[in-house]
Amino acid sequence: MTPFVRTRNAVPVPAGAVPTLTVETFRREILSAIKRGERLLLLCGIGREDGGIRLLAATADDARGEIGLSSTVVAGAYPALTPDCPSAQLFEREIHEQWGVDPQGHPWLKPVRFPAGGPAIGEAEFYRVAGEEIHEVAVGPVHAGVIEPGHFRFNCHGERVIHLEISLGYQHRGIERALRGGPQKNSVHLAETIAGDTTAGHATAYCQLVEGLSGTWCPPRALALRAVSIEIERIANHIGDLGALAGDVGFLPAAAYCGRLRGDVLNLTALLCGSRLGRGWIRPGGVARDIATETLVELRQRLVAAERDMRNAVDLLWKSSSVRARFENTGVLSRQVAAELGVVGPAGRASGLDRDARRDFPTPLYGDRLPSVAVSDTGDVFARAMERWREIENSVAFAARLLDAPGDGSTRAAVKPLAPGVVAVSIVEGWRGEIVHAAVTDGAARFAHYKIVDPSFRNWFALAITMRGQEIMDFPLCNKSFNLSYCGHDL
Amino acid sequence: MLKTLLARARQGYRTAAYPVADPGLPALFRGRPVLDPDKCASGCAACVEACPTGALRVTDRGPELDIGRCIFCGDCVAACPEGAISFSRDWRLAASTREELVVTGDHPISVHALGRELQRLLGRSLRLRQVSAGGCNGCEVEVNALGNVVFDASRFGIEFVASPRHADGILVTGPVTANMKMALRITYEAVAEPKLVIAAGACAISGGLFRDFAEVGNGVTDLPVDLYVPGCPPHPLTILDGLLRLLGRYA
Repeated sequence: MTPFVRTRNAVPVPAGAVPTLTVETFRREILSAIKRGERLLLLCGIGREDGGIRLLAATADDARGEIGLSSTVVAGAYPALTPDCPSAQLFEREIHEQWGVDPQGHPWLKPVRFPAGGPAIGEAEFYRVAGEEIHEVAVGPVHAGVIEPGHFRFNCHGERVIHLEISLGYQHRGIERALRGGPQKNSVHLAETIAGDTTAGHATAYCQLVEGLSGTWCPPRALALRAVSIEIERIANHIGDLGALAGDVGFLPAAAYCGRLRGDVLNLTALLCGSRLGRGWIRPGGVARDIATETLVELRQRLVAAERDMRNAVDLLWKSSSVRARFENTGVLSRQVAAELGVVGPAGRASGLDRDARRDFPTPLYGDRLPSVAVSDTGDVFARAMERWREIENSVAFAARLLDAPGDGSTRAAVKPLAPGVVAVSIVEGWRGEIVHAAVTDGAARFAHYKIVDPSFRNWFALAITMRGQEIMDFPLCNKSFNLSYCGHDL
Repeated sequence: MLKTLLARARQGYRTAAYPVADPGLPALFRGRPVLDPDKCASGCAACVEACPTGALRVTDRGPELDIGRCIFCGDCVAACPEGAISFSRDWRLAASTREELVVTGDHPISVHALGRELQRLLGRSLRLRQVSAGGCNGCEVEVNALGNVVFDASRFGIEFVASPRHADGILVTGPVTANMKMALRITYEAVAEPKLVIAAGACAISGGLFRDFAEVGNGVTDLPVDLYVPGCPPHPLTILDGLLRLLGRYA
């Protein structure tokens, strides 16, 4: 028996075709896939059955654009993958929390989201560095700015951070649970709010999954409009983050201009659909309504005009030695650590990981139209900032090309019923990185299980590692250079 | 240095002339709903069926929409065969009472200005501590936008501060997750009296999409709310308008 059944982005396979391996084989096969250069796309419990809990694993073969699926059934405990595969660490903590299974040998089985029935939030142990001169700094859940809640616990020696633990779960809203039994009339709306700043990304991941599971072909014009929305979302968030990075080093001109420009780009999404964040727009089978050609022409003009102002504002960052001095060599994430932790998105590309789901896992959303992918190698705040800017340039060029020829015809197809008893994995390159949605349907063609992996779920731990050896005052800067989602993690 | 000055000239003056000039919201913007009872003759309730948050009812006075629960998705507009529901471009949605958020027909929504004594105490400034309690970063993005040069809430004396001790009140977003309930309470208690509570967004007003989920409360239910700002998320102008009318800057 082959250890994995192979499929592609959003292409369903019968649930029965996913091999069930013994725990030992499952573990060995995943580790050897990782050794071959594949990545752990997801690892989660998908249900209770005779003999224990069924675990589903998906691996990504970026070079071939293939997804490998495999499963096993574990009773109360099994030997953890984490010691040999660090990118499994949070998945195994989640399995422990959700299913009561003990991944033996996992170094830190702390609760992930503190759901009801377990320890109250904040009442868990924190990792402590021993020593007379070690002091701790506790920040959150309520932070100084207008941002989401989370707790950060620093162990410091003087100003130097020896260890940072990031303890989240404050935003847990039960989205995965609520999606089970669907699709329902609130499903796509829930997908839009998984991470509010990634409405287009998550809504597309959801719709692409439903379309795959139901064999619905989304019309080309709708695919182009969705791709444009995802790029505008990327540009808006990237320029906003560049402004916030400027603000964190006290360089106010760029902070003010980029803050304004972020709003200008959000207004382009509102031009498309009425909502600055893209609510009520991307829908299974296409988009909610067609857009007049004149509107698309206006959108293109305003986008290109905004790019000129963005270039002018962002150039100030690269040309100010005081900004560069704060960005360079701060918060370095090496390529090796980034790869081991499974870091995705601009944070991974800034550390030299040449991965982009738009290119590596193409769907009809991109087809033969591919955006350029920028990769840097220094892995510091500077690289993550520069990465954002290069992605803005590529996204503007790509969105403009799409808007030149968005295609004709319908913008919405009728969605067929889902296929019963299948499993599929949907991947979208959102602005923070790879968004993964996976679903298993039951005999009645409903979601028996729904799994969401926001890029933040993979990247939070990388931020913690990046802070080791840094001055604590650099935390806001490092944090902003990743800008991860709390609710995307807490779900 | 010269480059920085040249950039300053190029980027120009961008602050919107709000509230003097029309804000020029896009054609597709979904603001205050307008419900036409005459067109709802059949009372088919297709809109009720389509609404993802249970915000709609059909009564003898025609359709009735609770914009405290509405996420402004427009699914009801698409579902209604009679065209009885539309969303206008009116961004002024904030209200002082929960009851006023249940709308029928086509009527503006009002905010009662704070009493004279409280206005005197606040003077020309309002400092708020924002608490995200399960907010998806949608409302947070729009609250943050109030600080950019376009909306520039600080020209009206409105600022978001880091500590509840420096604040005149709190602005809450999100459905109030079980895991944020205590932190919200502690933050509220840390604000000195007299203090304001503002619930921004469908989640904070009613639980929104997450209403009756076991993991969340149904928004700000056990603090006295002074201002409700509907939306999913509310447009920055909807928040700004609500705050300015609460402060009695215009009616």
